[in-house]
Amino acid sequence: MSKTVTASASGGSVRIYHKYSLHNIKKDFVKNWPLFVMVAPAIAFFIIFCYMPMGGLLMAFENYKPKLGLLGSEFVGLKNFADFFGSIYAWRVIRNTLILSLLQLGIEFPFTIFFALMLNELGSQKYKRTVQTVSYMPNFISMVVVAGIIVDFCASDGAITSIIGAITGNYDNLLANPSYWRPIYVISDLWQGVGFGSVIYVAALAGVDKSLYEAAEIDGANRFQRILHVTIPGIMNTIMIMLILRIGQMLSVGYEKTILLYNSQVYETADIISSFVYRKGLQEFNYGYSTAVSLFNSVINFALLCISNAISKKYTESGLF
Amino acid sequence: MAMVKNKSVGSVLFNVLNYAFFALMMIICIMPVWHVACASFSNASWVLNQTGIIWRISGFNLNGYQMVFSNNNIVTGYLNTFFYVIASTIIGMFFTVMAAYALSRKDFLWANPLMLGISFTMMFSGGIIPFYLVVTQNLNMYDSRWALIIPSCMSAFNLILVRTALQGVPASLEESAMLDGAGRFTILFRIMLPLIKATLATVVLYFVIGNWNSWFNAMIFLRTRSKFPLQLILREILITADSSTTTAMGSATETGDSTLYKQLIKYCTIMVSTVPMFIFYPFIQKYFESGVMIGAIKG
Repeated sequence: MSKTVTASASGGSVRIYHKYSLHNIKKDFVKNWPLFVMVAPAIAFFIIFCYMPMGGLLMAFENYKPKLGLLGSEFVGLKNFADFFGSIYAWRVIRNTLILSLLQLGIEFPFTIFFALMLNELGSQKYKRTVQTVSYMPNFISMVVVAGIIVDFCASDGAITSIIGAITGNYDNLLANPSYWRPIYVISDLWQGVGFGSVIYVAALAGVDKSLYEAAEIDGANRFQRILHVTIPGIMNTIMIMLILRIGQMLSVGYEKTILLYNSQVYETADIISSFVYRKGLQEFNYGYSTAVSLFNSVINFALLCISNAISKKYTESGLF
Repeated sequence: MAMVKNKSVGSVLFNVLNYAFFALMMIICIMPVWHVACASFSNASWVLNQTGIIWRISGFNLNGYQMVFSNNNIVTGYLNTFFYVIASTIIGMFFTVMAAYALSRKDFLWANPLMLGISFTMMFSGGIIPFYLVVTQNLNMYDSRWALIIPSCMSAFNLILVRTALQGVPASLEESAMLDGAGRFTILFRIMLPLIKATLATVVLYFVIGNWNSWFNAMIFLRTRSKFPLQLILREILITADSSTTTAMGSATETGDSTLYKQLIKYCTIMVSTVPMFIFYPFIQKYFESGVMIGAIKG
């Protein structure tokens, strides 16, 4: 990717400079100083809001006190990590995060692809556009409002509770019941995300070579066979890239909905790593400890992303980096 | 002959099922919104007694909306949100466009290493706690309006979108402008930006929608109520059921019955906060699609 040496040699007399030699750096600065001015605010932004927090990860190994600062706080080694993995919370939050993630991967991911495939089979373009317009809409509703609607539907006199109550005879608030948390979470995710999630596959489907369909039809392939042997291979690269991204985020289930909706009654199934980090860090001010948990999470995510990218590159020749 | 028959039976059945499937999908997508919309215009006590889905308006009136709009929290929340969205979008766009341009130039020695550094932030982050401490301790932005404008005004993703678009502009345009004596800033703002309007629109819309809907940063950074954006006020009314907001509204009415109006007020606030997006939405749909596609290509 990165070229370390640019040889400007055309004959023996021309000096060869390393790309980042002092000579080249000076030359570039004289010529491109306006570009430095332009990129400076962005560099400052990413240093302050992305790299400084990365440096702040040091507090995962400290008994961090804001008054003493990052360098003045007591260094405690791996104590915060040991505390976390030794607590009853570790298994609970990791398990809940993994289960929600696997449910998303196992239900939402294939359903989104299915949605796009079926959309592609619609004959009427007008109907297709209407479906797209309507199904993208929930994606633009704010999480607060979505959570508000969930609270309303799952309250003891809510629309969903009345259906469930008619079956089970129990009209209690669904959000206070740990066993309903995961279905509520996944179904509302589906409602909000499937339509818009399908955009990327619809775009990929538009790029599948039309002549392949004709050839398959001449060969006597029926509609189902065409989907299986032409359409799906045609968007396989996109599917793989989305899968890598998804796996890379395996342990980073969004905290917004959880923080908005959960309560201590449902921690058993609802509490995930990110909500735990938020609660310990910003509500109980246990900075070092919660940073340790969050660091563990980031490292696993990064490793997963690299691994899945490597695997994908090896078998499908498509990767992110 | 066999193929024609195949088409007339299996394929037709498939089509019917497919059309029905999407009709059902659309109903599911609209249903919760329809429920809220109908309820918001209905009679308060009728709404309170409904347990299932509300399909129709009963006893049309605007009492709920009157109460919502006479509520100071919601009105200031609205104004605050407008301020945060506009300020953050302008500052963010300005920085993003300039950086994207500099980083898209092939003759800029540092373009690739800097881009690598910026892209890395998409894959690894310091997490919420160090970020919170940087903003509140190092920058001293706790309970400051700046905390909602600056820390979230740029993202690597948006920068990549703009950079990709700028890379697509033919280099000859820039070269000829340079020969005419145009500087980098002139080239960017006069020549480049008009050529990538579609991408800019996409990114602006990402900014606007993201900022309009955001609440988490406001929750952790702000304490003074008069600075709260709309979403944070909504959270109090809809979820934490902080009754001070709703009670104040209910008792302001002639009936004085706050519980009667609580439900209605919830529905009306949802409508009031979401309708601007719905009005906006049909116009922006195609830009969002193109944004997703560019984003996907660049990863």
